[in-house]
Amino acid sequence: MVGHHYVEQLAGSGVTAKITVLGAEPRPAYDRVHLSEYFAGRKPEELALTTREHYQSIGVDAYFGDAVATIDREAKTVTTEGGRSFRYDKLVLATGSYPFVPPIPGADLPDCLVYRTIDDLGMIQARSKDAKVGVVVGGGLLGLEAANALQNLGLKTHVVEFAPGLMGVQLDNGGSAMLRRKIEALDVQVHTSKATQTITETDGKDTRLVMNFADDETLATDVIVFSAGIRPSDQLARDCGLEVGPRGGITIDYHCRTSDSDIFAIGECALYGGMIFGLVAPGYRMAEVAVSQLTGEHNAFQGADMSTKLKLLGVNVGSIGDSHGKTPGAIAYTFSDEREEVYKRLVVSADGKTALGAVLVGDCSDYDTLLQYYLNGIELPANPETMILPASEGGAPLLGAAALPATATICSCHNVSKGDIISAIDGGCCSLADVKSCTAASTGCGGCAALLKNVVDDEMAARGMEVNKSICEHFQFTRQELFHIIKVESIKSFEELIGKHGSGRGCEICKPAAASILASLWNDYILEEKHVGLQDTNDTFLANMQKNGTYSVVPRVPGGEITPEKLIVLGEVGKKYNLYTKITGGQRIDLFGARVDQLPDIWKELIDAGFETGHAYGKALRTVKSCVGSTWCRYGVQDSVSMAIYIEDRYKGLRSPHKLKSAVSGCTRECAEAQSKDFGVIATEHGWNLYLCGNGGMKPRHADLFATDLDDETLIRYIDRFLMFYVRTADRLQRTSVWLDNLEGGLDYLKEVVIDDRLGICAELEEQMNSIVGTYQCEWKTTIEDPEKLKRFRQFVNSDAADERVVFVQERGQPRPATEEETDQLLAKSA
Amino acid sequence: MNTAENRVSENPLVICRQEELIPNSGICALIDGQQVAVFYLPDEAPQVYAIGNWDPIGKANVLSRGVVGDVQGRLVVASPLYKQHYDLTTGQCLENEDVTVPTYAIELVDSQVVVTP
Repeated sequence: MVGHHYVEQLAGSGVTAKITVLGAEPRPAYDRVHLSEYFAGRKPEELALTTREHYQSIGVDAYFGDAVATIDREAKTVTTEGGRSFRYDKLVLATGSYPFVPPIPGADLPDCLVYRTIDDLGMIQARSKDAKVGVVVGGGLLGLEAANALQNLGLKTHVVEFAPGLMGVQLDNGGSAMLRRKIEALDVQVHTSKATQTITETDGKDTRLVMNFADDETLATDVIVFSAGIRPSDQLARDCGLEVGPRGGITIDYHCRTSDSDIFAIGECALYGGMIFGLVAPGYRMAEVAVSQLTGEHNAFQGADMSTKLKLLGVNVGSIGDSHGKTPGAIAYTFSDEREEVYKRLVVSADGKTALGAVLVGDCSDYDTLLQYYLNGIELPANPETMILPASEGGAPLLGAAALPATATICSCHNVSKGDIISAIDGGCCSLADVKSCTAASTGCGGCAALLKNVVDDEMAARGMEVNKSICEHFQFTRQELFHIIKVESIKSFEELIGKHGSGRGCEICKPAAASILASLWNDYILEEKHVGLQDTNDTFLANMQKNGTYSVVPRVPGGEITPEKLIVLGEVGKKYNLYTKITGGQRIDLFGARVDQLPDIWKELIDAGFETGHAYGKALRTVKSCVGSTWCRYGVQDSVSMAIYIEDRYKGLRSPHKLKSAVSGCTRECAEAQSKDFGVIATEHGWNLYLCGNGGMKPRHADLFATDLDDETLIRYIDRFLMFYVRTADRLQRTSVWLDNLEGGLDYLKEVVIDDRLGICAELEEQMNSIVGTYQCEWKTTIEDPEKLKRFRQFVNSDAADERVVFVQERGQPRPATEEETDQLLAKSA
Repeated sequence: MNTAENRVSENPLVICRQEELIPNSGICALIDGQQVAVFYLPDEAPQVYAIGNWDPIGKANVLSRGVVGDVQGRLVVASPLYKQHYDLTTGQCLENEDVTVPTYAIELVDSQVVVTP
């Protein structure tokens, strides 16, 4: 990471140097800070900080998977293990560190692993496959991260620490004890003051290994991960006679130079002032300092703040400055809440005026504020303890962004100060996104995101700049405001809307949004001439465009109930038009690969067989999933299928800010997964429970229980009101889950509106819903009955030819789109 | 893909009647094996625009099926696949200056749509 940062800085510095990167690992630099996300499914490519192609494009020669073997300082050359040799004028060592494995007999067994590189993680994953128990040796920051990884892999996890407490470097005893309590509650067993003497293999019947401790106790396990600290990778430097520290680390001066003035060392392999800096931010500073020696700026490295905030096993932990209170005369304030499992400690100077350090466990909400007090020497309030007391106890108000001095560091990964952010805004940045891309703030570990947003909002407000919520450049309104305008003025077309209230010609954002609002309010046929140009291609062709420009066809299957006859029709249509068929998550059948000119024929056959459009292409109600319910199921208490079909028929075609999904379960076993839907219904002995604003997808959210034991009529009434209220007030492309999270007053407010009719609008909402339900038409039926509209469904206006780039190949007995290469080959063959 | 510049100019070709165009939207024509996206913007001058139908980023023949509009006054179509904008007059992709699609001379002559490939 640090080496890569150096390359980026040097390449962008204007120094005309030929840069060569030599890496021992088989891949370019990647993000080690987020390494544990590998186990959450993040692929190595997604962790990558750069690519071979990128290096190529900036003129950097890079060789990976071939470690440097020797450095010849006289000849100024380095030679790799693979025998490559390179001359240098200046050499930068960014060799990082390696995990320390204590010299215990048995520590070299195949199930004893380390946690450092992507390859290490792959190994841990592989060895954990048939394992039940895992032990991490080391209760420091990295050890706990490794423990999290083992737990995610499904192992019963233990942490073995030699010292009496966890994270002894960062936390005081109280913080350490609270952390242990919280981690043990998560089913990770912690063993402290344990010295491992040997590791032996067993017969493998139960577990594969046994750890034998100095106190004669033992621990059975399958896998052991050593995370007992890091050691600087300084062997190359030692071998060529560079000065190293007594306990390792390549000695550097404040210009990051080693004892050879042509060789620099940066990051975790470097020793500055007797210290190794094992965090990314100081490493980045060193890289910048080393680059500045070549540009002639000659900046100096002056050590770095080692404060850190992180989430370990889901527990928030923060450590700032002198957390142990070792400064002479230091006074500490401690707050401990064992019920909420929160521990906070603030270390202040003898006069009580400045913060020297802090420890936070279980609640890091004060971290940003305390860090700013600490880093900038801001004078503490008269009663410093208010800084860590809960708000209800009269705690200090949050330090507003305005109170920070311009020198305050906001993003420590990229060293962005509040002053840098102010200059970015003065230089024309008008949004958080602008500031991020201009300054790189909050693009490292992301820990400063909230603080950055506060600073940006505050600075923009101070300049009288409005935080822009306009839907796009053509309208100075939000979707909700546009909805009100269209409704109040009875606007019936986009032309009228943009003429009266917008500017320009519109775009792919405002046009479909306006089309959706017009449909929600007036329910016109969406392919009417005045609306057709507004629709996204999916709505224009009433089908979902796939990656090769063909479409998928999804007929409605209400409640997932379908007759054998209809299934046969779907099969026949799929066969006749050579379509790929797949069962969807919403209990329907998706037919893929239809050319635009085939769509009307396909739909004619489907409609003749009694199918309707499924609106899979629209921001509209998609499916209402159901379990089989009391009709068949031994456990069902209500007829969930009938209710699901009723609901699907009622709301089908309802255009909304985003797609809508629903489900009905016939009993509390919840086989229809109703709690992951925008509105879900679960049967009870006495009626129905209604759950609102759930979501699967990108950011899953469990639906909230909204009302219980409703009769059929009340259930539908509440859903009518809820849906219409959402349609009226949500932002463009805002799912119900996000809408509720942003609704002031939240669930309680929603209940007041929908159940208690606090706004007095329920009659209107219901009336509007009834009017939509009453004017429903199957868009495909309307379309195939209109020869004018059908003209649109052809590839070429002047030819009956087909698109030659739409080519399929067979996979598992079905067609799939050919890749670009396959298409080229097939076309060349046929030519 | 070929670009408009290096193609030999040929005779103007009638591709369809004006009434076959869809106001504020696009259709596609096949000319000498090339797919040409034709857009009809009745309130603009000129009223018709022709660019290649191939989306070099999405890698499919789809541009005629995008939504048309403007970005800071430049008339554009947004690709229906990944929503990059292409300038209807120059073929320039607004999101990536290295990407351009071909443009074609087009005009309305006596209610006929005429393209010069």
